[in-house]
Amino acid sequence: MEHLKFEYPSAKRRVTKKAHVGVVGSGDMEVLMQPSETGAAHVSVQTSVNGFTQSWKAVMDRFFAGYDGAVSIHINDAGATPGTVMLRLEQAAEVIEQ
Amino acid sequence: MSFQVGLRGKAWFRALTGADSPRAGDPGSVLASDVALGKDTARFLCVVPNPQARFPCVRKGEVGLEEAYTLAKRIREVVEQDENQKKRPIIAIVDVKSQAYGRREETAGIFLAAAASADAYATARIKGHSIITLVVWQTISGGFLTHGYQANRILAFDDASVVIHAMHKEAAARITLRTVADLERLGHEILPMSYDIRDYAKLGLLHKLLHVENPDNPAPATVGQVRDALILAVDDARAGTTDLSNRFNSEAARQTRLAGLTARARMEAEWATA
Amino acid sequence: MSTATVEPEFVGRTSFIELDARSRAEMLMDAGTGRELVGPFERIESPWLPEQGIAPQSDDGCVVIKGQIGGKPAVVVALEGGFQAGSMGDVSGAKMTAALDLAARDSQNGKKTAAVLLLETGGVRLQEANLGLAVIAEVIGSLLVLRQHAPIITVIAGTVGCFGGMSLVAGLSSYVVMTPEARLGLNGAEVIEQESGIEEFDSADRALIWAINGGEQRVGMGLADELVEDNAAKIAVAVRKYVEAGLPRAHRSQQVELYRERIAALDVSQQIDPLTLRSSWGTAKKSGGAR
Repeated sequence: MEHLKFEYPSAKRRVTKKAHVGVVGSGDMEVLMQPSETGAAHVSVQTSVNGFTQSWKAVMDRFFAGYDGAVSIHINDAGATPGTVMLRLEQAAEVIEQ
Repeated sequence: MSFQVGLRGKAWFRALTGADSPRAGDPGSVLASDVALGKDTARFLCVVPNPQARFPCVRKGEVGLEEAYTLAKRIREVVEQDENQKKRPIIAIVDVKSQAYGRREETAGIFLAAAASADAYATARIKGHSIITLVVWQTISGGFLTHGYQANRILAFDDASVVIHAMHKEAAARITLRTVADLERLGHEILPMSYDIRDYAKLGLLHKLLHVENPDNPAPATVGQVRDALILAVDDARAGTTDLSNRFNSEAARQTRLAGLTARARMEAEWATA
Repeated sequence: MSTATVEPEFVGRTSFIELDARSRAEMLMDAGTGRELVGPFERIESPWLPEQGIAPQSDDGCVVIKGQIGGKPAVVVALEGGFQAGSMGDVSGAKMTAALDLAARDSQNGKKTAAVLLLETGGVRLQEANLGLAVIAEVIGSLLVLRQHAPIITVIAGTVGCFGGMSLVAGLSSYVVMTPEARLGLNGAEVIEQESGIEEFDSADRALIWAINGGEQRVGMGLADELVEDNAAKIAVAVRKYVEAGLPRAHRSQQVELYRERIAALDVSQQIDPLTLRSSWGTAKKSGGAR
């Protein structure tokens, strides 16, 4: 198990909604996205697949390159591919931005 | 050492009740007898191996269709008879290999048979009969849900061969593609996965661990010791509630089942305002 | 000339099986009345899974939604088949047990509250072994208290089905609704093959599995109440109907004499033909207290 953390201090736009997407099945993950209590975005990941910190950072960087909401994100992951990770993040963001 | 599951159960049933044959009309695998227990008359129940069983998959002491429905019958009989009088305690002597793993059993709905037995035990408990389970050797999975796990109080012998678990080591090893040694090691790291009865006791589900001399061939004094423990358990059950809340409210449970207790506390708090 | 597109109802339907546990539970509630309790954002997760390198889920695979069904108070408890095969651990078991206890308490205080259990589960979560088994015993205990006052409706839709200790929960229920894809049994074919040999049950024989455990068979032999196609709207209608119906005259799990006699009458010298049980036990032949 690994617990990863990422900060995105420039994602500061206030959001008001919560979103929960996904099921922690094999090769999948769940995202809990809600307004950040710190005024900027931060991410925590609990993953059963070790050794992919750089891969996670790359996906998170790419997500926040296009998203500026001040969100607190928590992910429980059971081996989702970067493509699936991005999809779930986008699905969650869509709910938040409705 | 017991060579076969179910023989220690039969020995203890005989030692505690003086009986070792089934009641008229019952299959050879279910023993039921009413005997004095302290100031009460108690009904003792036990599932034992029956090599002559009609169903091939229950001959080694597995709890199958006939066993489950017979238990249900013998329990409901007590409930009915005691409707307007003192509620007899019901003592489940438990030493069962497992539930029956057979196609006939699945076809004929063993899930419902098991439910019927659990229903009878729980109904008796809810109506005020003290249900005491004595685990003398093994009890696994569906066998325990059917015979014994609806008790007010559970006692077990403190013996290295006594096992309460969700799946036999050998079967669990096959399914998880591990060695038995690996599983035993894992059991030492993850408390609820342990095959050791002393670890089971730490989960807070057990009322008493009984230190018993020569459990396969007990001396009269040992039988007396166990009988006394059963009497005390009946009294303790009578003084408590008819539900199973004592299990997760126990001191040990507050340590080992904190997450479940937290979920329950949140549920109670949120229910009111939902 | 216009070309009308005919969309067969079945193709246009919402599949219940394709919905996750939360969506299934929400689907059954009267609009606007459902509120999830101890939901994912509270993150009451299993402490045992991470220790074994397994990712936990924020709701431990159990969704509890309280609200109304057909205008009547109800609580839906849905197991997530996509997480650890919907298996029972300390937290998911505690959520289910507590929901049943609270529904019972409300019912005893005059507000009859039905429970709807969406059982997509293999039974005990082996990674929590003895706690998984214990919580199933506790669910059974709590169900039987509630069942004195209000009905318990179990829905088994697939693809996991309802196996292991949780099959007893189905057996204890007031009503059981199944789809043709669903299966209900104590032991899955793989376990029987493992414990008793391939002759006893060839787990590769899918036709045999559904012939014995499938929804059509269980309903046909009278061990489940209704076969509904995999259609969320139709399943919701069935659930509403049973909530409205209230407690049945008798519960299957109380009909000991009936089933004891049926078992005694079986010819077990060879395997039992499932279709024979449909004709001898099925709802077409009701007698002496049979439902």
